[in-house]
Amino acid sequence: MGGAPTDLKLIDERGLRLDGRRPDEMRPLKIEAGVLNRADGSAFVEWGMNKVMAAVYGPRECHPRHLQNTERALVQCHYNMASFSVEDRKRPGPDRRSHEISKIISEALTHVVFTEYFPRTSVDVYIEVLQANAGTRCAGLTAASVALADAGVPMRDLVAACAAGKVANTIVLDLGKEEDNFGQADIPVGYVPRTDEVVLLQMDGDLTREEFDKGLHMAVGACKKVYEVQRDALKRRYSARAEGQEEGA
Amino acid sequence: MGLVPSVFIENMRVRQMGSNDSKEAAREIVVPGELLAISSKRAGSGTYSEGGKIYAAQMGIKSIRPDSVSVVPLSGQYMPMRGDLVVGKIIDVGSSNWLVDINSPYPSPLHVNEVPWRVEFGETRKFMSVGDIVLLKIVGVDEIKRISVSMLDHGLRKLAGGMVVELSPSKVPRVIGKNGSMIQTLKNMTGCRIYVGQNGRIWIDGELDNMVLAVKAIKMIEDEAHNLGLTEKVKRFLEENKVTGA
Amino acid sequence: MSKDVVADLKRDYITRLLAKGMRSDGRQFDEMRPLKVETNYVGSAQGSAFVQLGDTKVVVGVKLILGEPFPDTPNTGVLTTNAELIPMASETFESGPPDQTSIEVARVVDRGIREGHAVDLEKLCLEPGKRVWIMFVDVHVLDYDGNLFDAANIGANAAFKTAMVPNKAAGLGEDVPLPVKHQPISITTVKIDGKLLVDPTHDEERVADARLTVATIETGNVCAMQKGLDGAFTLDEVFKVVETSSRIGADIRSRL
Repeated sequence: MGGAPTDLKLIDERGLRLDGRRPDEMRPLKIEAGVLNRADGSAFVEWGMNKVMAAVYGPRECHPRHLQNTERALVQCHYNMASFSVEDRKRPGPDRRSHEISKIISEALTHVVFTEYFPRTSVDVYIEVLQANAGTRCAGLTAASVALADAGVPMRDLVAACAAGKVANTIVLDLGKEEDNFGQADIPVGYVPRTDEVVLLQMDGDLTREEFDKGLHMAVGACKKVYEVQRDALKRRYSARAEGQEEGA
Repeated sequence: MGLVPSVFIENMRVRQMGSNDSKEAAREIVVPGELLAISSKRAGSGTYSEGGKIYAAQMGIKSIRPDSVSVVPLSGQYMPMRGDLVVGKIIDVGSSNWLVDINSPYPSPLHVNEVPWRVEFGETRKFMSVGDIVLLKIVGVDEIKRISVSMLDHGLRKLAGGMVVELSPSKVPRVIGKNGSMIQTLKNMTGCRIYVGQNGRIWIDGELDNMVLAVKAIKMIEDEAHNLGLTEKVKRFLEENKVTGA
Repeated sequence: MSKDVVADLKRDYITRLLAKGMRSDGRQFDEMRPLKVETNYVGSAQGSAFVQLGDTKVVVGVKLILGEPFPDTPNTGVLTTNAELIPMASETFESGPPDQTSIEVARVVDRGIREGHAVDLEKLCLEPGKRVWIMFVDVHVLDYDGNLFDAANIGANAAFKTAMVPNKAAGLGEDVPLPVKHQPISITTVKIDGKLLVDPTHDEERVADARLTVATIETGNVCAMQKGLDGAFTLDEVFKVVETSSRIGADIRSRL
């Protein structure tokens, strides 16, 4: 967060953003479920210029064993950015930011997975960012939920995620890279539509209470739209397949 | 949280769809969190109930019956149930038991009391070692999912030779077919010995060309489990590719 | 875990099929699996490609940044290759620092593109001894079903072909295409029970006795080789593999 270069107009005279979006407009979102062969479940998300892949293995035996919980499954998420995913090549391997994001996504997903039905196991969720353009943790959580459903992991609902923020004193939805770099606040939100619950929430920057209220509502509204895209991706995965499963030979 | 989902409480596995299912509702793909029914019907497997409503817990096909609502999942780990026949592999040997991988999140100990031989303490290795393939029955699953298996039933034993095909456990009902019709077709037309484990592992043995045919047919079933007319398609495929003299 | 548990059960089945001249997926012994390549896959890299070889899927990203040359090669740019075999791709891959397998994949791919002069590194030198382009080739494995060497090598070649040197961002004028010189294509062969099979699947790799990766350039010259696993090849087998690698390599090259 910081001041933009003086010639960068984050919001122009018509109230449009750098990429021509209105303040309450989301970037284009495409989701494809079941794209990997080996993983138990997978999903690929293209959100604006973000390209994020999620894969799920499990429930399976919990490693490391000392983390095993005798009463429920652990949901262990590993978020990682590929070296080539960002402008300045990133050294391979998780950095502190990746560890933090992994943790909060694990916690968000733990809330919806029926962990008590798989004691002593681990549900391993892997999120790889192949191309980053701000909002990767929301794209990652969105992809991870679809991957979990694709893997047949029992869940109460999918988790949809989207961020809101403030740029040029305006509350906007789904920040792009420049907006994230030069804006005034960022609020990533993870949301469970059916129960109206917030399971991931972070904020950094400077917002009045009214601004935060507006931003959170804006993000939640977008999460509901993201949810429809997630459901559609899952239904499309098998839509050609629904018909015969019942035949039972 | 604090809810008690009925996802895995029942003992009855929804293996097949009955013909008295509402065909329309039955073919619908549902995803987790989707409302299935507002009803006092029992929340069957693949679902959970909350506030008098039944929701899908897994992605699958909705199944509405007179007294229950359930979801037949399209994917998911094998969760052992009492009575299941499974194809396992020995992954460790102890002095009074063997540890068996049954393609489930839970490896299962097979105790010396549950095999048809008299095994002295420490002599386990003489009977079975790591890598052996076995046909077993699930005899118990406790509250924290500790699994007990047994070889003490008719037909259960160590399997020699042959080969094991793995597929998603959710597709096993299609390989078995209504009243076993699909598996009968496979056996008759390939002449192979075939054991279908509920855990998504299928052991096949026979003439090599017939085994190749059986493997292809199973792959076809796995890829097209969702399509109509699969039984006919598989029958036709086996007819056309029948190995002479089989 | 379970996929690997069953893999060695397949050894017998695979070898019995081989004795009859068949592979479990129906391919000929010298046939590659279906290959799909998509270039410019990630805009954040200067060059990139998504490669699908059978069920193996990798993304190769090429990034160029300014830096200093190595003291012993003051007139050439720097090439460095890395491979990430991430756990997403297979239950057998663990997270953490690169293990021997990841390192071998990276070094073998590197050897092929370096010795085969895929990129004219001298053209990447801006000021001898002071400023050169450092080229990072990052291989990211997303889905594993054998033969990472070839999938990664093909990805690197495809990425080079469409890569641009980011002069503009560095204030050095217009962006120009990466100076590609040759296209060294590697083809990997495994030996199972005396039979030589090209482009092994994971199951085939697991039961293989020996493995040989050969990279050739347009002239048919060999530029890099790597033998792996603890079995052995006869001399005749080696020559045969080199010949096959060159022939198939030429075919792949024509499709890039």
